[in-house]
Amino acid sequence: MSTLVVEERQVVIPGDTLAEGMDFLPGKGAYREGDHILSSRLGLMNVSGRIINVIPLSGRYVPRRDDVVIGFVKDMSYSSWFVDIGYAYEASLSMKDATADFIERGSSLSDYFAVGEIILTRVNNVTKEGNIDLTMKGPGLRKLIGGKILEITSSKVPRVVGKQGSMISLIKDKTGCNIFAGQNGRIWIHGASPEAEKIASDAILLINEKAHTSGLTKKVEEFLAKHALESQK
Amino acid sequence: MKYTKRSDGRKFDECRPMKAEVGVIKNAVGSARFQIGKTIAIAAVYGPKDLFPKFLQKPHTAVLRCNYNMMAFSGSGERVRPGANRRSKEISLVIEKAFEPVLDLSEFPKAVVDVYIELIQTDAGTRCAGICAASLALADAGFDMKDLVCAISCGLVGDQVVVDLDKTEEDFEGGAVDIPIAMLPRTEEITLLQLDGEISKEQLLKAIEAGKEACKKIYEVQKAALRAKYTVEATQ
Repeated sequence: MSTLVVEERQVVIPGDTLAEGMDFLPGKGAYREGDHILSSRLGLMNVSGRIINVIPLSGRYVPRRDDVVIGFVKDMSYSSWFVDIGYAYEASLSMKDATADFIERGSSLSDYFAVGEIILTRVNNVTKEGNIDLTMKGPGLRKLIGGKILEITSSKVPRVVGKQGSMISLIKDKTGCNIFAGQNGRIWIHGASPEAEKIASDAILLINEKAHTSGLTKKVEEFLAKHALESQK
Repeated sequence: MKYTKRSDGRKFDECRPMKAEVGVIKNAVGSARFQIGKTIAIAAVYGPKDLFPKFLQKPHTAVLRCNYNMMAFSGSGERVRPGANRRSKEISLVIEKAFEPVLDLSEFPKAVVDVYIELIQTDAGTRCAGICAASLALADAGFDMKDLVCAISCGLVGDQVVVDLDKTEEDFEGGAVDIPIAMLPRTEEITLLQLDGEISKEQLLKAIEAGKEACKKIYEVQKAALRAKYTVEATQ
């Protein structure tokens, strides 16, 4: 008979025994030793069916297919761009995936994306060797002009976005800023005034800091109400 | 020479008071501070990132690169000359090796993970404090680890087997033997064992046994520190 040693949604650390018996299978962040399943990561224990996973609470962003991310153009070659998406390796954006335009031979790629520019892009493919292909094909994917970029822990992005985007639209409504949260933890904020951008970024940093607490929406509402009043004075 | 009473009144198998905190450096991917007595180590983890020069890259895994450093003002005596030296390079290397059996970086081929261990205050047992801090920092950075690594110095002061020697004990005029050990607390496998001095086989085995017991106490402190980072936030 197999039993869970740790309750679901509990914080576990490397080396913790998660379950006993052969009925469960180790998934991501877990491994088997004898008839025990142990954690190999700091995170939250999660059981889906027979598989035990540990969801990371910290650490760098690991790209997955179809993630929409914010990248910095770092380098160019004859037929592609190299983009920093906050992962261990630079991702590549090929000419074919970057634009539908016909690009004449010998024309400059920097007319499309130049080194130093910031793009909203989608992960098209991830290989085991760490090669990441990006694409600009999809709704809303474009070069980001103006505004500011904020970096938070990538595992906390879902809290910033909220259920069906509830949290992010709350901040958007109250500050009048245009906000986009990339899955890699980079958040783009573009507002009418620097003050509005400041309030929005402070609200996001508050979420980043208190992502594990309950009643987060209420806290953010209070924060926004307080600071919106201050800026009107 | 007889050693009957420890200078700070501890029992022979008692560690100095320990304190650990995780997430002390905001810009690092993972970080930790570990204090044992007057020895304080801070570890910060950066990466995975590209490794250059290219010939150092490993095709199937990332490389762990440790950097042990004693700060100029850290000692109780003379100023420590800053920068890398023969001693710090060797310690960096043995710390890397101490993590080899637990750390799985195969998710990041050709990359490097940098661990910077800074000793801001020293009173013996620095490499052990460094390993304890680095272990917490690597776990905080979310890397795959089979277990944490705990480390303590044990050994002989005069004719007495003790754990966690401080500087006055290391310099005991009747002679002292310093044995830093690092252990995986769950399986009790030893990943680092060094010895400085002369000791009989029986006393060595006794010292290692005492060190293992002390490592288990350190493990409890480390576990509590990792959990505290998230449970404190949850109760706020």
